[in-house]
Amino acid sequence: MKIIEIRDLVKIYDSEEIRVTAVDHIDLSFEEGEFTAVVGPSGSGKTTFLNLVGGLDRPTSGRVIIHGIDLWSLRPHEITDFRLHNIGFVFQAYNLLPVLTALENVEFIMHLQGWPKAERQRRAVELLEAVGLADRLHSRPSRLSGGQQQRVAVARALASRPRFILADEPTANLDSHSTENLLNIMERLNREEGITFIFSTHDARVVKKARRIITLEDGKVIADEKR
Amino acid sequence: MKSPVIAWRNIWRNKRRTLITAASVFFGVIFAAVMSSMQEGSYSKMIDNVVKFYSGYLQVQQEDYWENKTINNTFVLSDSLSGAIARIPGVTATAPRLESFALASSDELTKGAVVIGIDPEAEHRVTNLERWIIRGRYLHPGDSGILMGDELASYLHVDVGDTLVLLGMGYHGVSAAGKYPVAGIFRYPMPQFNRQFIYLDLKQAQELYWAPHRITSLVVMVRDHYQMPAARQALDTLIHPPLRVMSWDEMQPELVQLIASDRLGGKIFKAILYVIIAFGILGTVIMMFAERRRELAVMIAIGTQKRLLAWILFLEIVFIALLGVITGLAGSVAVNTWFYHHPIRVAGEAAKAFTDMGIEPVYAFSLMPSVFYNQVITVFILVMLVSLYPMIKTACLKVPQALRG
Repeated sequence: MKIIEIRDLVKIYDSEEIRVTAVDHIDLSFEEGEFTAVVGPSGSGKTTFLNLVGGLDRPTSGRVIIHGIDLWSLRPHEITDFRLHNIGFVFQAYNLLPVLTALENVEFIMHLQGWPKAERQRRAVELLEAVGLADRLHSRPSRLSGGQQQRVAVARALASRPRFILADEPTANLDSHSTENLLNIMERLNREEGITFIFSTHDARVVKKARRIITLEDGKVIADEKR
Repeated sequence: MKSPVIAWRNIWRNKRRTLITAASVFFGVIFAAVMSSMQEGSYSKMIDNVVKFYSGYLQVQQEDYWENKTINNTFVLSDSLSGAIARIPGVTATAPRLESFALASSDELTKGAVVIGIDPEAEHRVTNLERWIIRGRYLHPGDSGILMGDELASYLHVDVGDTLVLLGMGYHGVSAAGKYPVAGIFRYPMPQFNRQFIYLDLKQAQELYWAPHRITSLVVMVRDHYQMPAARQALDTLIHPPLRVMSWDEMQPELVQLIASDRLGGKIFKAILYVIIAFGILGTVIMMFAERRRELAVMIAIGTQKRLLAWILFLEIVFIALLGVITGLAGSVAVNTWFYHHPIRVAGEAAKAFTDMGIEPVYAFSLMPSVFYNQVITVFILVMLVSLYPMIKTACLKVPQALRG
């Protein structure tokens, strides 16, 4: 079942000095349960592509349709709300809220969704247990390693029960052990719970685990390989 | 996780900066509150000097008396009107006076004096006159003696038991003259009274000036100046021409003007102070926002509405301001309370400057609520203004750029 359809997506950065086509007429679709890596050299448009799909950046033209909803036809606050309920994000730099504990970081997104306190606490604990952080529930990000922080970020992304997760170079700041650990967790969540993951990455280890690899160059899709 | 909890934790991410910003608010509030207290206290003291030592809050006069203070512009106060005035809610005392000018002569010297005929008991209730007697005794009803200021007595070389001659013009041009023993010497905190004033029993004064039953004014006291407008309104319904009502501020326009111009100066000074504080808070807010652009972008990315972020940032500013305001208020209450009960006595040349202006040489303080809540209101107006910055910046935040850092 298709969850994302991308039609003729274009993003042009047009400053006074320079005009850059970051995403150049991309047409793609993603099925539920995919484990996809978007690869390409630096400047190929991977992050811009994920930002457009995730409703963080407005395309110059084209459409992003998620579960039948044309994302960019929504008003800004509706897009934010759409993200809250439909899209999970994992960032390269973890980006946890430093004043909240691991548990609170995971809970926060459910708080925004209006979950009752007891229920969101229960789910946050479950998710942190699932990513192997049962013993670090009450640690603030500054007390966690990079790998642990990224696992909290994955738990946070899963907390809202999104339709898919966009991960922008999630392993870029991790050592090999943490990368392996994180990839195993995400692969398991994908396999066992059918969660759709779309990564942008340079990391060969991530690419190795992916079941679909989309290669971008100069904002264009030059390869779309399924394994 | 509630927004206030996040905001509270956020402000402690940089303890030093939060404490410095709160300290600037603290010092601003304490400085402004103490300054306001001193100003208001001084104004109250000035008004008290005028009202409680002499004019009262309100006076009933013959309608031409204030412009032309002669013994001819007097009136006869009926018992019914006197009773009706005394029954006005808020009126605590009334005192009739017959006031005129006379030459006061001792054996060797003569000096112009303000001669005031009073009902000794009523006058004491209004001005607490007996309290200021430093030698001799206070008057009793029908007393044939007089009270005089110590500086006037000193000038005329008279003291208690000596005789003073008063010479002036009585009602409708008759000559007024009389000999009076000095019963007491008073010393007011206001030296011009001590140089000029002579009190005698009202009946004696009416005989002196050939003005039986006539008075120049009925002084009306209320509990405090908050009661004055209502009492004034009630009096206005009772008093009709040829009489009229005057309030202390109408009788003392110079004092009102002095207070108004001084208050304006204080306001300008406080405005400058608060502008400096506002820029201090703004500096902190700009830094807070700049440091957390990426974090705010992440929060938006994961589904936080910008208005919630703006609310959290607003709460952070409010919390920092509250820290400063609460501690500043506590400090200013303590300082002002201390000085309210222990006013600063001015001595030496400075005291002389005060007394020359007719002001008691004391820096008095006020505990009126507006001294304190005005600072809170001002700080919160500043907070509202300063919080526009993060609100606008959050509304304009471009998430992809901010995520790139």
